[in-house]
Amino acid sequence: MAITGTKGATGLTGNTAIAYAMKQINPDVAPVYPITPSTGIVEDFSSYVADGAVDTELITVESEHSAMSACIGACAAGARVMTATSSQGLALMWEMLYIASGMRLPIVLTDVNRALSAPINIHCDHSDSMGARDSGWIQIYSETVQEAYDNLFMAVRIAEHEHVLLPAMVCMDGFITSHAIENINLIGDDSVREFVGEYKPAHSLLDTGNPITYGAMTLPDTYITFKHQQSKAMAAAKDVAVEISAEFGRKFGRNYGLFDAYRLADAEAAIVILNSAAGTSKVAVDELRKQGKKVGLLRPRLFRPFPFEEITGALKHLKAVAVLDRVDSMNAFGGPLFNEVRSALYDLEKRPKVMSRIYGLGGRDYKVADAVGAFEEVLKAAATGRVETLQKYITL
Amino acid sequence: MTNKPSKADKNHLPLGGVIPKGGTAHDYSTGGWRKLTPSVDKSKCTNCMICWVMCPDSAIIVEDAKMIGFDLEHCKGCGICAVECPDKISAIKMEEDKS
Ligand code: SF4
Ligand code: SF4
Repeated sequence: MAITGTKGATGLTGNTAIAYAMKQINPDVAPVYPITPSTGIVEDFSSYVADGAVDTELITVESEHSAMSACIGACAAGARVMTATSSQGLALMWEMLYIASGMRLPIVLTDVNRALSAPINIHCDHSDSMGARDSGWIQIYSETVQEAYDNLFMAVRIAEHEHVLLPAMVCMDGFITSHAIENINLIGDDSVREFVGEYKPAHSLLDTGNPITYGAMTLPDTYITFKHQQSKAMAAAKDVAVEISAEFGRKFGRNYGLFDAYRLADAEAAIVILNSAAGTSKVAVDELRKQGKKVGLLRPRLFRPFPFEEITGALKHLKAVAVLDRVDSMNAFGGPLFNEVRSALYDLEKRPKVMSRIYGLGGRDYKVADAVGAFEEVLKAAATGRVETLQKYITL
Repeated sequence: MTNKPSKADKNHLPLGGVIPKGGTAHDYSTGGWRKLTPSVDKSKCTNCMICWVMCPDSAIIVEDAKMIGFDLEHCKGCGICAVECPDKISAIKMEEDKS
């Protein structure tokens, strides 16, 4: 681990920071199958296991489908369980993701965002996690290494909260965040232990004195009730996320909340964007602000559940919004974030004009000039009250 | 389906479909799925217990080492018992459910 010249800070890549957070959390079980660009997490964490720095049972499995299956079995046995993956790995877990959430197992997974094949590509976009957006997992997106590190602790608390009991996914951008070294502030081991506490499962398959069944068949007389319970838990996760994030802020001084609003309060035009590209867009905001342009940015952190009321509240005064998706829904209409944001704004009497822009697929660079270009289009829509092109690829 | 849970029960269904104790299949009546119902002619039956071994639903009732009938709360009417009862005996008949 690189100790940097910055006082109190440690230089870590996103992957090493997540592995370090996992070491501090010390989960009972970690079934893993490495895949680029999340391999570093598994590599580093397996060293911690080999060195005896954690008590974790590391299970090396033969595929990601098996990794998630082992997570499910271990979590049903009452263990605190974590894993990490990317891209095709998350796609191969897909069937099991629904089983984890339907069984209400609070597994915590780090997804290092990477494009899905074909064509095969190892670089960043959000097609992997967005493909899992309806799988019943909580999804938290991270702009920086610091935020990814912090999010992992909060994810454990939100997932295991008695009003929630759902698995959670922390997402960060492949290579951009996972491999870039950033100076971050680490939390002490004792403080982490105190914050995440001990996982007390309601049931355990290993409790032979109280035999239980997980995964039983349910028929039309009960299935919908279980799904309704799950849906209510997902709704409750929003309030729990606010509460846990506030507690985290009080304890460690970094306040996050449901989303990050940058120079938004007096803006007329804004970009809504996830993860690391928000940083690039903020530079563009500052440049345009210097020219007197009233622009701002909103970066959702919690995407599942989608905090539509709060996001509507933060965007309602705007004249125009461009929602930038690093993934295409292939619906010939707009990206997934665009559709959620636009739908959230529908109930307003007077609503901003909204456009969808697809950028950065397969790791294509998104530069300040690209953000400025997008802002110019939103400013034009704000001035004219008209969206010229509803959906468009940029950074082509 | 006879097992539709009441409104009050619905609110208390264990999260995630967990069955929180053992032996609950006994309380869950699935006999309503049955189309054909078995009946036994005890004057022919030799109590060989083949039907008891073969029934996939443990629906053959045995008392004091004697086959005495069927648990119709769980029998699905598959007819396996009737086929497996030795040919020379053929003590079990399957009939349209009259109930
Ligand atoms: S009909 Fe099928 S389920 Fe019913 S008693 Fe015979 S073997 Fe068992
Ligand atoms: S298989 Fe036939 S003879 Fe044997 S116990 Fe069953 S009914 Fe009786």
